[in-house]
Amino acid sequence: MNYLQLLQLAAPETIVTVTVLAVLGLDLTVLRGKSIAARFHAGVFLSVLGCASAALLAFTRHQDANLLNGILIANPTVDFIKVALLVLTIFTLLISTSGKFTDHVGEYLSLVLLATIGLMFLVSTEDLLMIFIALELASLSLYILTAFNKHNSKSSEAALKYFLFGGMSAAFLLFGFSLLYGISGSTNLREIATGIAGRGLDPLLLVAIVTTVIGFGFKVAAVPFHLWAPDAYEGAPTPSAAFIAAGSKVASFFILAKIFTLGFAGAQGSAVWHGYLSGWTPTVAVVAALSMVLGNLTAIVQSSVKRLLAYSAIAHAGYMLLGVLSNTPLSASAMMFYVITYALTVIGAFGVVAVVEDATGSDAIANFNGLSRRAPGLSLCLLIFLLSLGGIPPLAGFIGKFFLFSAAVGAENHLGLLWLVILAIAMSAVSFYYYLRVLKAAYVQDAPENAPAIQVPLVTMFTLVLLALLVILLGCAPGLLTQYL
Amino acid sequence: MLAWTIYITFIGVLVLMLLPRDNARAARIVALLTAVLGCAVAFVGAIQQTNPGEVTTIVKADWIPAIGAKYFLAADGISLVLVVLTGLAAVTGILFSWNIEKRTKEFFAFYLALIGGVYGVFLSFDVLLLFVFYELTIIPKYFLIARWGSTRKEYGAMKLALYSFVGSHLVLIGMIAAWVVAKGQLGHASLNLVELSQVAFPIAFQHWVFPLVFLGFAILAGLWPFHTWAPTGHVAAPTAGSMLLAGVVMKLGAYGCLRVAMLMFPEGVRMWQGEIACLAVGGIVYGAGVALVQKDFKFVIGYSSVSHMGFVLLGLATLNTIGLDGAVLQMFSHGIIAGLLFGVVGRMVYDRTHTRDFNDLEKMNVGKLLPFAGITFVIAGIASMGLPGFSGFVAELQVLMGAWAVFPKLTILSGIGIVVGVAYTLRAVQKGFYSDVPAEAPHHHHEHPLEPISLPEKVGAVMLIGASLVVGLFPGLLMNWIEPCFKSSLFKRLLEGGSL
Repeated sequence: MNYLQLLQLAAPETIVTVTVLAVLGLDLTVLRGKSIAARFHAGVFLSVLGCASAALLAFTRHQDANLLNGILIANPTVDFIKVALLVLTIFTLLISTSGKFTDHVGEYLSLVLLATIGLMFLVSTEDLLMIFIALELASLSLYILTAFNKHNSKSSEAALKYFLFGGMSAAFLLFGFSLLYGISGSTNLREIATGIAGRGLDPLLLVAIVTTVIGFGFKVAAVPFHLWAPDAYEGAPTPSAAFIAAGSKVASFFILAKIFTLGFAGAQGSAVWHGYLSGWTPTVAVVAALSMVLGNLTAIVQSSVKRLLAYSAIAHAGYMLLGVLSNTPLSASAMMFYVITYALTVIGAFGVVAVVEDATGSDAIANFNGLSRRAPGLSLCLLIFLLSLGGIPPLAGFIGKFFLFSAAVGAENHLGLLWLVILAIAMSAVSFYYYLRVLKAAYVQDAPENAPAIQVPLVTMFTLVLLALLVILLGCAPGLLTQYL
Repeated sequence: MLAWTIYITFIGVLVLMLLPRDNARAARIVALLTAVLGCAVAFVGAIQQTNPGEVTTIVKADWIPAIGAKYFLAADGISLVLVVLTGLAAVTGILFSWNIEKRTKEFFAFYLALIGGVYGVFLSFDVLLLFVFYELTIIPKYFLIARWGSTRKEYGAMKLALYSFVGSHLVLIGMIAAWVVAKGQLGHASLNLVELSQVAFPIAFQHWVFPLVFLGFAILAGLWPFHTWAPTGHVAAPTAGSMLLAGVVMKLGAYGCLRVAMLMFPEGVRMWQGEIACLAVGGIVYGAGVALVQKDFKFVIGYSSVSHMGFVLLGLATLNTIGLDGAVLQMFSHGIIAGLLFGVVGRMVYDRTHTRDFNDLEKMNVGKLLPFAGITFVIAGIASMGLPGFSGFVAELQVLMGAWAVFPKLTILSGIGIVVGVAYTLRAVQKGFYSDVPAEAPHHHHEHPLEPISLPEKVGAVMLIGASLVVGLFPGLLMNWIEPCFKSSLFKRLLEGGSL
């Protein structure tokens, strides 16, 4: 190894790092004393430029490399996931442009970018240590981003809760990782797999599996490790919540699937109906089933749209876990399709919520009353995002579900995982009800007397329309995305 | 050619969305033009189809190669009948909602989106594509009822949406399972209905997957006892909404039962045939019985829809040519007649008198105030009772003949439904229009005379009566499309059986 090679391999991350410094510097010098809006516009422009060039680089280069025994790897799939992460970051930045929640513009933007760097490193490694470090970089940035609204005590409360839960999950994860190292003598996932092969399920390995599931269960907000999510989503500034729900989820699921399918290969067991065998798939199956049921049922009674989206995110995590535990190449790519389209949709949904919250002062469902009259374009975007989350064709969410569920059913002989898919589909029918509640407010209820039209900032509107078009496009022509996964 | 029914309708939606917000007149005209154009294309395309017995491809292009989904539009005689029905229902529905003043543009945009989805379902021969169009109709239905409806509209709308959604999710489970099994048998992924209808699914698999898919679709066809969305939904909906619900949306369900569930799982049908027939007759008798005691005029029609759709399901369960012929013809016939009944009750009567309660209507003597409405309802009622000369007679007769061969006892039982059908229709005519209860305030109505029946309503009513009469007198027009289908190779496995 030489440093040039390292730099070349980590070029996209390096570009984003340089952007972080540039944004911080610019905000500190040239933009000092300017209005918040001007600082946001300039800073976002620069950050988007940096992310876009990093994405372009990752997209066009065709590298296949493995540095330092899996510490840093590059291959077309990993590069594409990086592109997806960068694109999600760009969208998150764009919907923060009209933000009024902070006057620390430079710090806010650079933290978003730092979290992105963490996530990018997270997906490009096969080594436990590196996974942990990257995860911590991303998580620490996200904790601060959650606390960024200093005018709102809920924001600090949410961040503290998120931090305490996150810290605990990191401890679990580290504990599991140390056991894995102890069993196999290596931190590389592939070597761990060979190390644990043939040992059977001894208690040490079981504990390692369970603690790893717990650790990542916190990260992806799966039941019963989800308690932080609704508060964090509700209290955090909306663009931060969007980032937690979108970018961080894509990277977490990618690496989660990698650890289990690569590192725990041979210890998968079986979650087949009447064919149960202990291993990591039944463990994940329990978590997935709980998440789908609890997430969807709890979302029904929410009155805050952000909390509703949080519980729906828990439910969606359940569906995604279905893709992980099916454990076939087909289900892995179906899961990534699902996660990426979900992330795009949920950024859009949070973008709409952010605008409504700015205009009406809260994100209660009642505040969406008459939205179709007050802001027809915005309301149409919301319709598309929520219907996609509910799985209505021909939107991306439906095709994602079809891919995911059909891959899961086809994963085992004799339709072994059908019971989980039936549960998932039944719960997805339930989810339709609460998405429809929000849409009912927007399209059926009348706006309050003399409510003025809602002015949507130009950049936000442009971003939301773009996202809505993407959701429709990926639903009608999913091949555009699946060819890279 | 026929594919343009879908495209024109969705182009109409786009044009409506671009119109200025408060120009109701322009919205009406655009909607009517779109519907008329779509209807014309449906007629011309259907007549041009030279061989209605075979599945004629309209468009076939790769869509999602990874799962074998194709953009595959095609039509056989059954599709033709239903596409023509949709065209007629679309035009008359707009004529009967000419008086919508509240957010006219959005109303017609949702209305046309629903119609576009319906055309799509009837023309899709790819299961996934069919499913996409099928679900596409749920959202417009919901908003049409919740926004523009009456009596407990939000409840009715949500109930309908949830029932539809649960039904379509049952279908989704079956579809995914069938896709996986078929992939194993064919060696490649396919969602092509023609191809899937030749796959020999294992008997044990068909045994559980058929009821799932059939029930999923049949919920929307008003299968008793899963029909409860129908009366509340119909009553809550605006006039055009109930016309479409009864006219075409319930047909979507029945069509799905026939086209997807029965065609793909013929052994499954044979295993469950008796149960389906029992539920169908249950629906016929129960729907008629409940219609007899309703106080709300629209509930009478709503329950009569359940009863008449029972004949469609009974026809499907017979699994013989004559019964199936009758079932498809009954879909058309009920679509026309129920549309007309809802048009009269919802638009002509309720919009003017603002009541549907028989107790109030009895005192108004609506038949004298609105002679056209009275006469139209009498004609529609006669057609609905199944008197010769109208489409309902030919259709129900064939269903009963088909059923007699397989389920003689059930057929006799369904006769009760027909007798009660005569009773509730006469009761509705008498109470709703020609009652002799003296009005409490005889001069009341002279002070506020009811607005006379408008031209669009008359045109719509005449169109529907005409359609029912023409089909009743010359059933061959449609039978020439329907009969060859059930003799074609596509349905061979379903009708002859024992091939497994």
